[in-house]
Amino acid sequence: MGWLDAGGGRVADSSMAELASGPGAGLSVAVNQTGPIPLAAEFTCQPGELLALVGPSGSGKTTLLRTIAGLYRPQQGRISCAGDIWFDAEGKRSLAPQHRRVGVVFQDYALFPHLTALENIQVPLRHLPQPQRREQAEQWLAKVRLEGLGKRYPNALSGGQRQRVALARALAREPKVLLLDEPFSAVDQVTRRRLQRELALLRQQIDIPIVLVTHDLEEATALADKICVLHNGVSLQQDTPEILFSRPCSPLVARLLDRHNLFAGVVVEVDGQRRLQWGESSLEVADGLVDLPLGKKVTWYLPPSDIVLHRRGRPSQGERENPITATVSELVALGGITSVSLRVNHGDMLRFDIATHAARRNQLTSGAVVNVSLLATGIHLMLGHQVRADAHDKRK
Amino acid sequence: MDWSALSVSLRLAAFTCLILLPLSIWLGRSLAYARFRGKGLCEALVALPLVLPPTVLGFYLLLSFGRDAPVGAFWAQMTGGGLNFTFSGILIASLIANLPFAVQPIQRAFEHIPHNLREAAWCSGLSPWQTLLRVELPLVWPGIMSAAALTFAHTLGEFGVILMVGGSIDGETRTLAIAIYDRVQAFDEQGAAQMSALLLLVSFITLGLVYGLAGRRRWARG
Repeated sequence: MGWLDAGGGRVADSSMAELASGPGAGLSVAVNQTGPIPLAAEFTCQPGELLALVGPSGSGKTTLLRTIAGLYRPQQGRISCAGDIWFDAEGKRSLAPQHRRVGVVFQDYALFPHLTALENIQVPLRHLPQPQRREQAEQWLAKVRLEGLGKRYPNALSGGQRQRVALARALAREPKVLLLDEPFSAVDQVTRRRLQRELALLRQQIDIPIVLVTHDLEEATALADKICVLHNGVSLQQDTPEILFSRPCSPLVARLLDRHNLFAGVVVEVDGQRRLQWGESSLEVADGLVDLPLGKKVTWYLPPSDIVLHRRGRPSQGERENPITATVSELVALGGITSVSLRVNHGDMLRFDIATHAARRNQLTSGAVVNVSLLATGIHLMLGHQVRADAHDKRK
Repeated sequence: MDWSALSVSLRLAAFTCLILLPLSIWLGRSLAYARFRGKGLCEALVALPLVLPPTVLGFYLLLSFGRDAPVGAFWAQMTGGGLNFTFSGILIASLIANLPFAVQPIQRAFEHIPHNLREAAWCSGLSPWQTLLRVELPLVWPGIMSAAALTFAHTLGEFGVILMVGGSIDGETRTLAIAIYDRVQAFDEQGAAQMSALLLLVSFITLGLVYGLAGRRRWARG
């Protein structure tokens, strides 16, 4: 349990620092407005941390990024970065984008078409004398592996190369925060993978907060330390991908993260033990059930990885835990993974993925009756707004 | 050959360009970026000389340049002179008549700059002025060049407005186009032919130079 202690210590430290000096070393954003674009978002990003803002289109991701950069001014809120207050609606303070030291990689890169790659990178270096400016720009070009292409104009560069020039230009500014607006959306799949890998490598060299806007959950999960889920301009939950996918704070978050296995249950008592009544089954739940009043209706979620398929004729691990009998209603094989939908007696559908060869070995066919276990530690109770309020308190 | 008419034409075209281009860069940029009530009305006013018969425009200018009209009175108060039948008068008329030719290409060019280029410039630390000089002007340069070419060539060829406001005073308001008309009226076909050929040549060279300059951009697509 050493890691837990260490983690706890770090949290304590950072909150102490925030108490002492007001804004912390990282980026902290809290904005609020009713219109024209409704916003109610709050998130933080520590130095060296990569925060992904995810949400469907129109959820305010890009507006929030523009707000951090100073390109959009909301009615209410406060933004601080590296100890400086960049925006404070109450104090009527709003730094111009020129004075915020942000590095921005725009969605279509926004390279200056009349300048070469090298000249593009020199733009944020204008405070340096010319020979140094050039030298630094060459170094940045080398860091993004574009040596020898400095004399090319943007229209003679490939999508991936343009993205790298844009990244080099953003970093040449020596920013206090790096903002990436869907930086991988305009390139093909192969290039995207390579650029994502390079970003992951580059991160190890820069110790500033990085905010990535994306609608691609897979990308966010692969790259981000933390994900902030947005919907209609409201930040719903900020957590690590693992926590987010196993413990979404509300049914809405689960839906936005493309999670299935959301069900309704009732708190009951069986043989003096708290249980969750779901159809005909009373489920054992590891966390959170004891504190709830009897008869309370709760929404609960189960990550697909916590559904264990019993092997026929042989006992499986955790077999006695919440055993459920169900009928296979749908099998969809997508490459090596098969998505299985099971219909439980009272009509709810359980969904999980298994390897296609495992599905074959278990003779899973449509209409077959199978037994599964729902792991008690996986069952996550959602108490609606209450859980969300708790999450906010923790952040403060 | 009426050399003083050529001189009046060239002076008029040059002054029109010099005064109108900076004004049009400001106006075209404002119209391209700003969103305000009555923007459509503004654009219609700018475009009006394009559709109005030159004699109609000239007629209204003639009226407003008179000493008892506000514009003419103001001018007389400031300079002591009149506007009708003077070089200053035809210059102002030419500025107004050329407004759409100068503003529209520049406005379109500004509209074609992706708005996030300006934002990228700001985020790279460039002030609004530096952004204008380093990013916007280089990008709208072709628009400015075609505005200059259109204005210059159109001024050389302008006839109706100039005749209404300026008449045909030698060395003051008689431009090459008017001199040609005078020559034809006087049955001097050879003189008219010479001057027409000269006007053709000057217009062609001007346009050629301007489009040549605008086309020399290595970064442009194609």
